[in-house]
Amino acid sequence: MDLLWLYAQALVDGLLAGVMYSLVALGFVLIFKASGVLNFAQGAMVFMAGLTFVSLMELGLHPALAGLATVAVMVALALAVERVVLRPLVNQPPIILFMATIGLTFIVEGATLSVWGSTPKLLELGDPYAAFEVGELYIVYSEFYAAIAVAALVIALALFFNKTRIGRALRAVADDHQAALSVGIPLTTIWVVVWSVAGVVALVAGIVWGGRLGVQFSLALLALKALPVLILGGFTSIPGAIVGGLLVGAGEKLAEVYMSETFGLGGVENFFPYLMAMLFLMVRPQGLFGERIIERV
Amino acid sequence: MTSALLSVNNIEVVYDHVILVLKGVSLTVPEGGVVALLGANGAGKTTTLKAVSNLLRAERGEVTRGAITYRGERVDRLDPHALVTRGVTQVMEGRHCFEHLTVEENLLTGAYTRKDGRAAVARDLQMVYGYFPRLQDRRTAQAGYISGGEQQMTAIGRALMARPSLILLDEPSMGLAPQLVEEIFDIVRRLNREEGVSFLLAEQNTNIALRYADYGYILENGRVVLDGKASTLTENADVKEFYLGLGEGGRKSYREVKHYRRRKRWLA
Ligand SMILES: Nc1ncnc2c1ncn2[C@@H]1O[C@H](COP(=O)(O)OP(=O)(O)OP(=O)(O)O)[C@@H](O)[C@H]1O
Ligand SMILES: [Mg+2]
Repeated sequence: MDLLWLYAQALVDGLLAGVMYSLVALGFVLIFKASGVLNFAQGAMVFMAGLTFVSLMELGLHPALAGLATVAVMVALALAVERVVLRPLVNQPPIILFMATIGLTFIVEGATLSVWGSTPKLLELGDPYAAFEVGELYIVYSEFYAAIAVAALVIALALFFNKTRIGRALRAVADDHQAALSVGIPLTTIWVVVWSVAGVVALVAGIVWGGRLGVQFSLALLALKALPVLILGGFTSIPGAIVGGLLVGAGEKLAEVYMSETFGLGGVENFFPYLMAMLFLMVRPQGLFGERIIERV
Repeated sequence: MTSALLSVNNIEVVYDHVILVLKGVSLTVPEGGVVALLGANGAGKTTTLKAVSNLLRAERGEVTRGAITYRGERVDRLDPHALVTRGVTQVMEGRHCFEHLTVEENLLTGAYTRKDGRAAVARDLQMVYGYFPRLQDRRTAQAGYISGGEQQMTAIGRALMARPSLILLDEPSMGLAPQLVEEIFDIVRRLNREEGVSFLLAEQNTNIALRYADYGYILENGRVVLDGKASTLTENADVKEFYLGLGEGGRKSYREVKHYRRRKRWLA
């Protein structure tokens, strides 16, 4: 019985962590769908947004105000990226754009560090120990609320994509950018919008991750955790990013508990997601929800 | 003839900085006209339309000489968005529907540039469904899964949603059964008469294009080799022979025509 609770606890912890993996993967998917660019800088954007937010709060800004100001910074970044990186490189092969985002990663990280300094900062999202219990499960309030905030963000994004004029245009561009041009959708505007949305997603990720790990440089490395999520969920699917994140989160925690209970092995969770992703690649390379390629004869 | 809506003056188009495709093309579309641009594969029809709509740049193509004016304004340095807002929309060859969007969402994306409010857009959606009742039945279907004819209708309907004055229609007959082609051209004619939309249409199907157009240009190897009223072109001996498959003594055998075409292309 005790063992069952142990696994149940691992599952819950895993899902709560998984929600946050989903969040980082989501940023990748948004940009990949709309511009075909695999944005290596997504992790750096999480770091930039998180650190900007905390630092502004330390300067005495009200959290809401700090949030708004950070969103403004992320929109400014989106505008700059469109103007300086995407527009000049339009029509170049994807690998060139990918290389450009690697460069962007270092610029974003470097600029963030030189403005705000390199000391890790604490982000208090309420009492880190306050928790409630369900049966023998122990759930930390702050993590629980973070999961709810992420769910709300996902619902908001889904509404934005499906119900608004710009959202529809974004999906149109993702489907066929030439046809989108032909009906007068300006790609440059769309790029600014997706990069801004990805910036907002990065801010939410920075806040929830920062709340757990402290706001520090290692946030930028989160991008690496998103890769197995993307492989599982598919690079073009928003539901895929969500489900993939949950699978990776739950999978790694369950594997950890299983291996240490059964064989006394520790640290499995560090590589388990990548193992999962590699095995998955062999079975279903387009991912769980990879957009079905519609072929008609 | 009424005043020129669109005039293309002696344009030259180069792809990738080196591939010269159009070598001095000129044409005019009068207000309210239906003008056909005819020619074999690779003649440069699509390139001409894309030069007008400015979709060329997305393919590394460039107008290197000549000018394009629409309602008296130079438009060859604008972007596609600016053209659509001025009333010129292209329906691309091969339809290019947004496959994962529903038919209705496809139509609505056509109204992206409009600023005249939801009510007007909703009215035009009904107008499009009026012309293409089949689309209304399929409005919630994903465009990737509807038939080729329905996709062509969706593409034309989507262009109409921008409330254009001029539609650049590229190969509407491509891959469609003759009956359906006839149906689509009938609607083009109705749109021209009832909604006052002018058309510049590129077609390989010379026969049907000349039946529905007022005026035609024949393009070969990036040059206009012949132009005239549709009725005059239909009577022209060369057009009959090379494009309509009709020789002096009635219909020539298909083989013969094909053979001749191949030889001509060699010479060119
Ligand atoms: N993006 C491009 N880059 C280089 N060359 C191109 C490009 N697009 C078209 N061409 C060339 O330009 C020429 C004209 O092509 P275009 O598509 O305009 O012909 P078309 O008359 O529309 O033919 P079709 O009837 O087959 O559609 C062709 O020789 C083609 O190979
Ligand atoms: Mg063509």
